[in-house]
Amino acid sequence: MPQHEWPLWEVFIRSKNGLDHKHAGSLHAADAQMAIEHARDVYTRRMEGISIWVVESKYIHASNPEEASSLYDPANDKPYRHPTFYDLPEEVKNM
Amino acid sequence: MTSPLINYTLHLADNALILGHRNSEWTGHGPVLEQDIAISNIALDLIGQARNFYQYAAQLINRSTNQPNTATEDTVAYLRDAHDFKNCLLVEQTNGDWAKTILKQFYFSAYQFYLFQRLRDSKDETLAAIAEKSLKEVTYHLRWSSEWAIRLGDGTEESHARMTNAVDDLWMFAGEMFVAADYEIACANKGEAVDVVLLKSDWLQKVKAIFNEATLPVPQHSWMQSGGKEGRHTEHLGYILAEMQFMQRAYPGSTW
Repeated sequence: MPQHEWPLWEVFIRSKNGLDHKHAGSLHAADAQMAIEHARDVYTRRMEGISIWVVESKYIHASNPEEASSLYDPANDKPYRHPTFYDLPEEVKNM
Repeated sequence: MTSPLINYTLHLADNALILGHRNSEWTGHGPVLEQDIAISNIALDLIGQARNFYQYAAQLINRSTNQPNTATEDTVAYLRDAHDFKNCLLVEQTNGDWAKTILKQFYFSAYQFYLFQRLRDSKDETLAAIAEKSLKEVTYHLRWSSEWAIRLGDGTEESHARMTNAVDDLWMFAGEMFVAADYEIACANKGEAVDVVLLKSDWLQKVKAIFNEATLPVPQHSWMQSGGKEGRHTEHLGYILAEMQFMQRAYPGSTW
């Protein structure tokens, strides 16, 4: 079966426990199981991950870049939405 | 200078090296990019296993000749001739199409899987340790090749036909894995090696289960090729060695 007949999959990899899955890239595969095996071989060869998610690319719906200004710019001048007005005790790290 | 343990260790190493080399022939030529990388990964795993066994074999050889540093992993891999190689005939067979490559890997990985499970209990601690480490890799090779055997066997008319051809081509080379050579018997008696006869029923059961899912017939004829473990090889091994050993033969001791 030639490659162009296989659908495209997006690969998400979690590098270690406690972290989120991050988008690693995409690949072609006939089904989900093959996609996971391909992802294992293509994206975790150098100890990059401990968990893999795959999603067929057609199920990813993205926001439109042309709408970026109306979607994101309005948040620009609203600093009161950031929790930056608290004094953190010394013992609390990584906030 | 060659004790049964040395021969046995070389046999394990040669199996891994030759199949690793065969798989590496796919690098850059895989049917799709993802499979090109997968088969190359498996090649690297196998060559890694071969290195572990060769390093140990070199140690044993040096100890037996009392000449430290004479043998190295490189001299045993690159400076022995075809009749000194003790790999099974199966692993030196040509790659053919993707179906034949997959099936060769499946036969061998299933064998290695049951072999290393038992070799972990070897009285020889080094062999046991290499088996323990390699088993994780082999478990994946077996899963990967089983998956592909099912996919192709139970796939299109063409993929099924290609798998059926591969089954016919390779079956006669499978039996040798379960007939013990003299050095295997000698080492098994000391608890160092696995009695390969014991692996056969597990292996056959695995093959039957996967073939059943793959809608492939299990061959009935029973005549099997043999000789590889004792250094009597098919015509293919010489060509593999010619390519693999050329640099060290032409430029002895060269490094890069």
